[in-house]
Amino acid sequence: MLKLLKRLWVIMKSPSTASFGFILVIGFLGGIIFWGGFNTGMEATNTEAFCSGCHAPIVKEIRETIHYSNRSGVRAICSDCHVPHNWTDKIVRKVQASKELVAFAMGTISTEEKFQARRAHLANREWKRMKENNSQECRNCHQFEFMDFSEQGKRSVSQHSTALASGEKTCVDCHKGIAHQLPNMEGIEGW
Amino acid sequence: MKKILTAILTASIIALSSPAWSNDDALTSNNGGVSSLRGLYEISDVNKAEDLKRVQREQQLIDRNYVQQPPMIPHSIRGYQVNLNANKCLACHSFKNAGEMGATKISVTHFETRSGTTLSDVSPRRYFCLQCHVTQADAKPLVENTFTPVHSLR
Ligand code: HEC
Ligand code: HEC
Ligand code: HEC
Ligand code: HEC
Ligand code: HEC
Ligand code: HEC
Repeated sequence: MLKLLKRLWVIMKSPSTASFGFILVIGFLGGIIFWGGFNTGMEATNTEAFCSGCHAPIVKEIRETIHYSNRSGVRAICSDCHVPHNWTDKIVRKVQASKELVAFAMGTISTEEKFQARRAHLANREWKRMKENNSQECRNCHQFEFMDFSEQGKRSVSQHSTALASGEKTCVDCHKGIAHQLPNMEGIEGW
Repeated sequence: MKKILTAILTASIIALSSPAWSNDDALTSNNGGVSSLRGLYEISDVNKAEDLKRVQREQQLIDRNYVQQPPMIPHSIRGYQVNLNANKCLACHSFKNAGEMGATKISVTHFETRSGTTLSDVSPRRYFCLQCHVTQADAKPLVENTFTPVHSLR
């Protein structure tokens, strides 16, 4: 066994007889395989089934909302709104999600009652995050530049063409509770 | 033979002309032959549901017919939460927000309690807006209605 290791070490140490180009190609392919696997792992954790493991009450609620059932049959799933599509943001978010694992272990939302009690806090965190990234997740699907005001309702146009267009407000400022039941809104701006 | 024939004939004439017999349906059915709002159906039958009425995103407000009538809602209200935690309607219609959102303010009657005191916020009995206000849809009246507004509203 030791002999084998020694021989391996010698092979590794001595300059390779293989061409430099060949090594480059191997490295390149290895990289692709590693990156691909990483990405697939990321995608698997983005499914609704994965989220529902810990967020069962939320998954139940969402069925009535516009992003679950609508005339065009296009859906927004959890990860469309909660994991930015931008790669760097995505990784940052995943690292933060590991914090969720810790919280889960401590059981901060392990029962319906605990969840309801903590809900306002979580919603506030989410509003703050979306406010800071200018509702990037919403804009991945709904782009202001392509909104046709002649197709929208009067109430929509009067807000979109003013506060939204000027950048004074962002989507979550006005569309809170678009996908979930709201926590107690007392004292929240605009309510 | 002749006697038997006459007997059968008279029996069948009676049978055919008897109201009890000709109204056979009414006796064996459980609706008593009375047509209800859903039509002449057996009580136990499930009749075909009407198509759902479609609420337009925005519409011309239908005029009120009498002074104390709650106005109809001229816009869609899909997903608007009105519960213990939140009241989406008030996010636009409250005194505080109406100006910015371009909506009609709720009137002062919405602040009054049953005993006539005016509160500083929406009275609990006016909190659940959809108890009185409903969305507009193109729906035919189910029963004839002969109500006519008073002269000044016509
Ligand atoms: C292992 C269990 C678990 C899984 C799986 C999980 N979460 Fe969470 N999540 C939690 C816990 C626990 C919290 C509450 C954290 C706290 O109490 O601070 C939470 C909080 C949140 C919040 C509130 C905002 C915040 O920053 O705390 C969002 C949004 C969220 N999760 C989205 C998701 C989405 C989307 C998925 C699926 C991609 C998902 N979660 C999968 C356990 C989980
Ligand atoms: C259309 C975008 C959208 C979708 C889809 C969506 N969410 Fe959210 N989520 C939000 C917003 C916005 C908030 C902030 C609170 C609010 O406005 O309701 C939020 C808040 C949350 C919170 C914090 C607690 C709370 O209730 O406010 C959790 C947990 C959460 N989402 C999980 C999920 C899960 C799990 C799914 C998939 C079943 C999902 N979300 C789908 C937009 C979305
Ligand atoms: C995955 C794409 C996607 C994402 C992400 C998304 N939406 Fe949507 N949203 C849709 C689609 C599709 C519809 C329209 C469905 C229809 O009308 O047929 C819609 C409809 C809406 C409506 C119209 C509601 C109604 O009753 O007509 C609003 C408001 C809205 N979205 C807000 C948001 C906000 C706010 C966010 C971010 C928190 C968001 N959306 C994120 C796809 C998305
Ligand atoms: C200043 C407040 C405000 C902001 C900011 C805002 N909206 Fe709206 N939006 C409204 C109002 C008011 C309506 C109409 C009432 C309703 O649907 O609840 C509306 C309606 C909509 C509709 C339905 C349009 C129709 O008439 O069919 C969509 C989709 C939508 N908003 C998406 C967005 C998205 C995406 C953003 C961010 C890019 C955004 N809104 C930002 C206030 C706002
Ligand atoms: C996004 C803001 C917004 C929300 C939320 C909203 N409304 Fe409205 N509503 C309006 C506007 C703006 C008008 C005026 C429409 C017009 O003048 O054509 C209006 C008109 C009305 C009217 C007619 C008032 C009149 O002029 O006589 C009623 C009634 C009404 N809304 C009830 C409701 C109820 C009930 C809810 C909650 C289920 C609700 N609205 C939610 C903006 C809103
Ligand atoms: C108990 C029945 C009732 C409830 C509940 C109720 N309303 Fe009304 N509402 C009325 C009646 C009746 C009128 C018309 C006479 C008046 O102004 O009092 C009216 C008028 C209005 C008007 C028009 C005011 C004007 O100046 O023309 C608006 C807007 C309105 N209501 C919104 C709301 C909203 C929003 C809610 C929920 C917070 C609500 N209403 C709850 C009965 C009700």
